[in-house]
Amino acid sequence: MNLADLSSNLLYVAFIAYLIATFVFGGAVKGNKEGTFKSEKRWGRVAITITVIGFIANLGYFFTRWGATGHAPLSNMFEFTTAFGMTLVGGFIILYILYKTPVLGMIVLPVALLIIAFASMFPSEVSPLIPALQTNWLAIHVSTVVIAEGILAISAAAGLIYLLKVVDLTKRSKQRFWLEAIMYSLVLVLGFVVVSTFFSATGYEAEFTYVDKEGADAAITYSMPPIFGMNEYVALTEDAMTPLIETPALVHAGKLTTVLWSVIVGTVLYWLIRLVFRKRIAALLKPFVKNVNLQLMDEIGYRAIIIGFPVFTLGALIFAMIWAQIAWSRFWGWDPKEVWALITWLFYAAYLHLRLGKGWQGEKSAWLAVIGFVIIMFNLVAVNLIIAGLHSYA
Amino acid sequence: MENLQCQCGHVNPPGTKLCESCGRSLTEKDQNSKLVDMRYEGTARRSQTYNKSIIDKIWNFFSSVKVGVSIIVVLLVAAAIGTILPQQAFVPATTETAIQEYYADTYGSIGRVYHFLGFHDLYSSYWFIALVGMLAISLVIASLDRFVPLYKSLKNQRVLRHPSFMDKQRIYAEGPGAEDTLQKAETKLKELKYNVRTDKNGLLAEKGRFSRWGPYVNHIGLIIFLFGVMLRMIPGFYIDESLWLREGETRAIPEVPGYYLESKNFELENYSGEGEEEVFGEALDRVGTVAKNYQTDVVLYQKPEDALPGADDSQEVVKEFPIRVNQPLKFDGYAIYQMDYRLDELKAMTFALTNKETEESLGELTIDLIDPEDIYELESGSTVELLGYYPDFSGFEDGEPQTATPLPNNPGFLVELTTPETPEGETSFITIQNTVEPLGENDYKLAFQSVETRDVSGLTVRKDSTLPILGLGGLIFMIGVAQGMYFNHRRFWIQQKADGTILLAGHTNKNWFGLKKDLDQVVEHASLPAYTDQQDEIDKAEKAEKEGEALS
Repeated sequence: MNLADLSSNLLYVAFIAYLIATFVFGGAVKGNKEGTFKSEKRWGRVAITITVIGFIANLGYFFTRWGATGHAPLSNMFEFTTAFGMTLVGGFIILYILYKTPVLGMIVLPVALLIIAFASMFPSEVSPLIPALQTNWLAIHVSTVVIAEGILAISAAAGLIYLLKVVDLTKRSKQRFWLEAIMYSLVLVLGFVVVSTFFSATGYEAEFTYVDKEGADAAITYSMPPIFGMNEYVALTEDAMTPLIETPALVHAGKLTTVLWSVIVGTVLYWLIRLVFRKRIAALLKPFVKNVNLQLMDEIGYRAIIIGFPVFTLGALIFAMIWAQIAWSRFWGWDPKEVWALITWLFYAAYLHLRLGKGWQGEKSAWLAVIGFVIIMFNLVAVNLIIAGLHSYA
Repeated sequence: MENLQCQCGHVNPPGTKLCESCGRSLTEKDQNSKLVDMRYEGTARRSQTYNKSIIDKIWNFFSSVKVGVSIIVVLLVAAAIGTILPQQAFVPATTETAIQEYYADTYGSIGRVYHFLGFHDLYSSYWFIALVGMLAISLVIASLDRFVPLYKSLKNQRVLRHPSFMDKQRIYAEGPGAEDTLQKAETKLKELKYNVRTDKNGLLAEKGRFSRWGPYVNHIGLIIFLFGVMLRMIPGFYIDESLWLREGETRAIPEVPGYYLESKNFELENYSGEGEEEVFGEALDRVGTVAKNYQTDVVLYQKPEDALPGADDSQEVVKEFPIRVNQPLKFDGYAIYQMDYRLDELKAMTFALTNKETEESLGELTIDLIDPEDIYELESGSTVELLGYYPDFSGFEDGEPQTATPLPNNPGFLVELTTPETPEGETSFITIQNTVEPLGENDYKLAFQSVETRDVSGLTVRKDSTLPILGLGGLIFMIGVAQGMYFNHRRFWIQQKADGTILLAGHTNKNWFGLKKDLDQVVEHASLPAYTDQQDEIDKAEKAEKEGEALS
């Protein structure tokens, strides 16, 4: 077994450990019927042990891959997103040591699993570095960013738990709607994973030529049945499904197809869950947060941000600027990724001012933490895949 | 507005909420509240006190947190809008009209609207810069409004506070004490690294006051950073030039007097996927070629200031250096970066002067495409005179050949060929594809023999003297953030009344848990009366009231 294979096997081990730990954390929280926290403590200890084992395997994945590729494995969509899942768990372990809250693990671990599964949908072969990335700043800048984002995401998890407990699901309200919207979007990610895995397992491929927005000829390979066709497409694969709608050159029909498939499958999954349990997903989780100490969740959310914010500033702005000055001759160039890093930073700055200056604690703070996570995910997913720029490496 | 005199006799500036000397509440509202509002120590903030003149209004506007956060949010949204479509710097068009057309053609009506609104150059628009400016003003005013009174107040703290100040602190205790209680408390507090001051029958223990300056320190860092960015507009601080350098060429470096750069060689290397790079095979199969290295081997020369113009021999070699991505050439505050390249630019073309009928050659000539000669004399006594040279021939206009750029992409030559047989000369227009004979059929032609090419390096010349200032700003910001977030300001006031009763109050700007942990140790050591967290009591009472309502 070579280093690269060992690396991917370790990632599997981590994935499975997180999966098991999720259920043990869930059991620890649910089993605590009397609210005495005795059994919760015992099962919590089992669950965190499994999590730590998974995390060690995850670190093993990271460093063996580093050895295999010869560079920090943070250079493309698969590597960065996987690392994000890992730092999310790392951030959780730190906060678990500080606050001993199994319920946090029950929310963070499935999200980390989703993120790692999402990452695995991108090409994961060992790829070489372009000249701009051949420097130690790759490891310094990107690892700081991914650690910061992992910690900041914990604050969103704490916020989500806070909201699950305080939002009244029996009455129609904006809060109830948006809380369920968060759950729904998590299921959509699952939909993406399911549909991608299905079509890649069945080996679906359809090739087309098309005319791109600059008027040049180009080719594309769909890995899912094309719902949308590229501008002036011509099918090269014989038995491929004929696209239902042809999009203008501006729209990337291939990506849009992937999005629509994910939405379709995700929505079906969501309604299946609703039909089977006859409850909102938020309501399904409600019993788990019954014993949650709200003040503690608020504190965890805040603590995660005051740890994550300075690390983010250092990694995503300061180190980023130093490297940009060395590689691109200017420390700042309004590249979309740079702009979204600034937006993320401004957002958390606003959070801190509202919390410390305007007394926005509790529920308001929790909503803001969740929005912060949405911004981070937008920067990770949409800015890489939709908005083209210097950082589009995937 | 008038000064406020406290019962203790101290005269406070207007707007003060808690007496600077004894801590008594000065407003009726504060007197009736259960807990005192300790933010900014109850000092008079300018923004909360005056609201008459236009200056007051401006000051109050910018010192408000609400306004500051609103500016941040507007900036955030504006920045996001700028990423919906690429900014003009990233589109392949240079002139104003070409840019406008590009947006309209590529993005349709959305592009047209985006361009019309000026979003294609959002980050240098006046309104965006104005927003950043407003943020800077807000940073300065909001900080001054809070820092100045807070600093004064914390600097002039009295040890003894009025009982009404103490019993309105969140942490409070009252109860009997022994004779040595104060001394014991003092020893323990000193052990816990508190600064302790005593006065008559009381003590004030304080720790981590510097953490209160954290927000102002980090704001100073941001101001320094923004100031550095502004400095770049001053000539001399900032240079951004591009330099296209051909292999073998030596050129003066633009905006860098006295320095010259020669390119020895440009190299583009791709990953091969073989040998050590075998691990990358799969990835390379999927994406095609991936560049491994862009490199220009250069020699940097300096001409002494007293050198005669044009005297090349006085050039000194300063440095030989391979410029690569991530490894700029640095010298004397300047840096030169590998940014771009053009492979195989035409360098010289070789032709043979040939008799069309016999195919007999009268000799060859090589035309340097950057610096052609006017006349080429061949051994046979024939000459080729270059009447016109069009390095990037783009067609005829009014019968005249035109060149699109000065780069030799598609060279065209208008030549007069003179041979011993045709002493009058024959005119010919030659391009890579074909030959035109405008003045009638010729006997001779220039037959294309070979071409020499070379690579061109696209380099960027940069000087940015603001970098140290920006670095300093960043550093101060980080220090300020750490100072404010990871430390906290804890204080205890302890007094012993004549009858032996101990009054104890505690305050921290954050992390009450940590404060209580400290206090627990002091209470145990000095047998102080048990304290209560009055905020918890209030919360509990409120909760009970709510539940009561829910039940009824």
